[in-house]
Amino acid sequence: MRPAMPHVPPAADIPNGGARTGSTSAASIRNFSIIAHIDHGKSTLSDRILELTGAVEERSMRAQYLDSMDLERERGITIKAQNVRVSWRGHTLHLIDTPGHVDFGYEVSRSLAACEGVVLLVDAAQGIEAQTLANCYLALESDLTIVPVLNKIDLPAADPDLYASEIERVLGIDASEVLAISAKTGEGVEALLDAITERIPPPSGDPDAPLQALIFDSHFDQYRGVVSSVRVMNGRLCAGDRLRFMHAGGQHLSEEVGLRLPAVTPTDELGPGEVGYLIAGIKDVAQARSGETVTSAAAPADVPLAGYDDPKPMVFCGLYPVDGDEYPDLRDALAKLRLNDASVTFEPETSGALGFGFRCGFLGLLHMEIVRERLEREFGLSLIATAPSVAYRVRTDDDQEVEIDNPSDLPPAGQIGEIAEPMLNVSVLTPSAYTGAVMDLCQSRRGSMTSMDYLSPERVELRYEVPLAEVVTDFFDQLKSRTQGYASLDYDHAGYRAERLVRVDILLNGESVDAFSAIRHRDGAYPYGKAITAKLAELIPRQLFDVPIQAAIGGRIIARETVKAKRKDVLSKCYGGDITRKRKLLERQKEGKKRMKAIGRVEVPNEAFVSALRLEQ
Amino acid sequence: MTDTGSASPSFGIYCHIPFCTHRCDYCAFATWTDREHLIDDYMASCRRQARELAAELPAVTSVFFGGGTPNLVAPELLGEVLAELPLAGGAEITVECNPDLVTAEQMQSYEALGVNRISLGVQSMNSGVLDALGRRHDPEMVAASVDAVRRAGIGQLNLDLIYGSRAESVSDWEHTLARAIEFEPDHLSVYGLTPEAGTALGDDPSRHPDDDDMADKYLLTDELLGRAGYEAYEISNWARPGARCRHNRLYWRQGSYAGVGCAAHSHRDGRRYWSVRTPERFIAAISNGTSPVAGSEELGPDERRLEALQLALRTSDGVPAGALPHDVGHLLEPAGEGRLKLTARGRLLANEVAVRLGLPSAR
Repeated sequence: MRPAMPHVPPAADIPNGGARTGSTSAASIRNFSIIAHIDHGKSTLSDRILELTGAVEERSMRAQYLDSMDLERERGITIKAQNVRVSWRGHTLHLIDTPGHVDFGYEVSRSLAACEGVVLLVDAAQGIEAQTLANCYLALESDLTIVPVLNKIDLPAADPDLYASEIERVLGIDASEVLAISAKTGEGVEALLDAITERIPPPSGDPDAPLQALIFDSHFDQYRGVVSSVRVMNGRLCAGDRLRFMHAGGQHLSEEVGLRLPAVTPTDELGPGEVGYLIAGIKDVAQARSGETVTSAAAPADVPLAGYDDPKPMVFCGLYPVDGDEYPDLRDALAKLRLNDASVTFEPETSGALGFGFRCGFLGLLHMEIVRERLEREFGLSLIATAPSVAYRVRTDDDQEVEIDNPSDLPPAGQIGEIAEPMLNVSVLTPSAYTGAVMDLCQSRRGSMTSMDYLSPERVELRYEVPLAEVVTDFFDQLKSRTQGYASLDYDHAGYRAERLVRVDILLNGESVDAFSAIRHRDGAYPYGKAITAKLAELIPRQLFDVPIQAAIGGRIIARETVKAKRKDVLSKCYGGDITRKRKLLERQKEGKKRMKAIGRVEVPNEAFVSALRLEQ
Repeated sequence: MTDTGSASPSFGIYCHIPFCTHRCDYCAFATWTDREHLIDDYMASCRRQARELAAELPAVTSVFFGGGTPNLVAPELLGEVLAELPLAGGAEITVECNPDLVTAEQMQSYEALGVNRISLGVQSMNSGVLDALGRRHDPEMVAASVDAVRRAGIGQLNLDLIYGSRAESVSDWEHTLARAIEFEPDHLSVYGLTPEAGTALGDDPSRHPDDDDMADKYLLTDELLGRAGYEAYEISNWARPGARCRHNRLYWRQGSYAGVGCAAHSHRDGRRYWSVRTPERFIAAISNGTSPVAGSEELGPDERRLEALQLALRTSDGVPAGALPHDVGHLLEPAGEGRLKLTARGRLLANEVAVRLGLPSAR
């Protein structure tokens, strides 16, 4: 949960007070985002801009002011879009921070829709990266002005000329237009602010037209309810007006509108081109999602703004409390988390191995990791996650199509006509020395190459079509390790493709362990079955009888391990001093049995499932 | 049998001798190799404790000098402790002996003091295995020791054996058993090597015994000793008919006993207690006239009944059939009078069976 918003009364001593009363002349406004790869210096540049424009005094400056969630600071990435309003030499600048990961691509597109231009920020020692490039194309498609900037020119390894010509080649922007800065030292940042005011056009919009305001982010504040970031396109967004949310369909009273300077500052109204926040007594961010169009209830616009989408979860997993007693806590935590992140889905699920939990859907792997980490950190839960899965489309014999995101729900093999899986268009930018390594990886993940382009003699862009299921395992980690961290990745969804997919079940003494059921390509079924059975054979303690661990497709066993019956569990000596010790040892052993999960007759320590699931990931 | 209980209740004394010339790699007992200078004070303190105890003791039916290495101490010093005790007629008096210290004279002295049972720490009859256990004696010394015990006319002989060293093959173990049987002892205590934390063995996982190897050796032991006429009457103890150790049976029947010396355990009137661990602290307590007891526990009636079952399960007495669930039936055999005892395979899994004791049988 974010800290409560500091409520700043409208007072005369607020910095940038000139913009306070809202409805600033559109001609003086510049709205822009910074597009950058992780570690290319976006947060440092944002900090420098806040400092130079006097928005934040140096002494109150925390590094990376805009990344307010702890997790964002730790990981150095922005998860939720933020915005801030500053003044620069007679202009009003709205800096709209975009999420920094491909999982949040839709949010990026909504943030860009609030801008007229972008600053393309590229590390002068590394060059442009895949996702930056993808976002840049997105900006170009939306006719945004691009201000290219090479950052970190203070580094000895910086080669601004080389990467300026790369930008020219890849994006068709003249190399002479590329600015060179060091966000760290501040060198060139003033020139960049000037370039923003000179090159990026002011917003257009009719102040007298019916209100159309775009929500590009919403978060839940425990005191104020949902706080949305908005950009007014046409008309005026006033405090006290009755508003209609055109996609969600609700009507809400505008309780407060205001600016982030970056201190939260209420104002009477926001006019065309202005960016600020809106509080309308909403309790659930699903009612005010990114892409929503807000209009006036009294004089509504005819149509909403274009481009609204309802992002669908792409990656699924079961989340279970390690301690079964924490199930109600997990339910409450998910419900609270969803107030702040409408893209998480969850529904109750029961697993024979793990007990009661939830099937959860996420935008991507990072999103999944973040949600899980927030649940553990902010709600004090200890969780087990099952292996990530994707949503398959299954056509049954009687020509019904069902979507399956949990392998256990797959109909029996006999009733399945065809299984289709989601595909991705994957783009990898890599130094050309690693081309072979990247190709090997993509091919081993059932990828097929669609194109290969040299950005320069040293750098190449490889495009592949790869099943999403192959990417959600450890594709990104593998890509990084095989290219020593130099390759970058972007992807786009590319529909569904029918494949030879099967469900692999893992049987423990003949009983299926649902947590390990997985849908795999036929060619990958055997290695999966072998790996999991071997892992479980190591982790499951010997019982009083032989325990077969099998992997099966339908009724056919494809791999088998056996945990041989335990033969010895005895204290050799039991004399005077041993008696108390023995009794205590037996008590502990008995307690240990209570903590085991029984799968049929087999007693399995919780930790064995947890370890096996962790190893798998 | 003379030792299955008699009209007058049994009472045992355990006297701990915490001195050794060398610590074996597997040993976690309270014993020290650098404190021989304490022996005289220590034994005097034991004698004084025995004297103070004697006033309130019933007739003592068994005495066990254990260690440590009791035969590191001059026999007269053991004799002085014995002399303080109200011994019952025919009391079983055992001294644990390390073969590398046994002499003919020592055994004659013991015999003269009334010692009628010697327990020899043989462990293995294979010199490579003895080295791997960190033992200092060699197999020849065992033969000489057995001979000395016999010549002195001491009636009962036990051999302690240990199986399971990584350095020991199954045929090495078979050899040890065969040689031990050739000595015709009355009793054999056969222990699985157990890595204890803080010992040289415990700290070296590469030397930890393998459970399956241990199981093979245990079953071989049961077979060979059974064939030679020894009865398995407890998990680690075999005896000729009539030669079961009276003192040890007290432990397994929740009988009464008192400890003498440091780190010695007592069980009287339903209370278990134990004395301070080091000889220094024991000597100090006795000379100050303070209690050497370091800790104690008293079980509730249910706990006590469960403990009785847990202990009985280890013996050939077995437990009432209703005390065990059916899922371990394959590890049990009838012991007469509606009781069940562990089979040889069952004894290897005694803990697994013991944790099921007292659970409802419809499990």
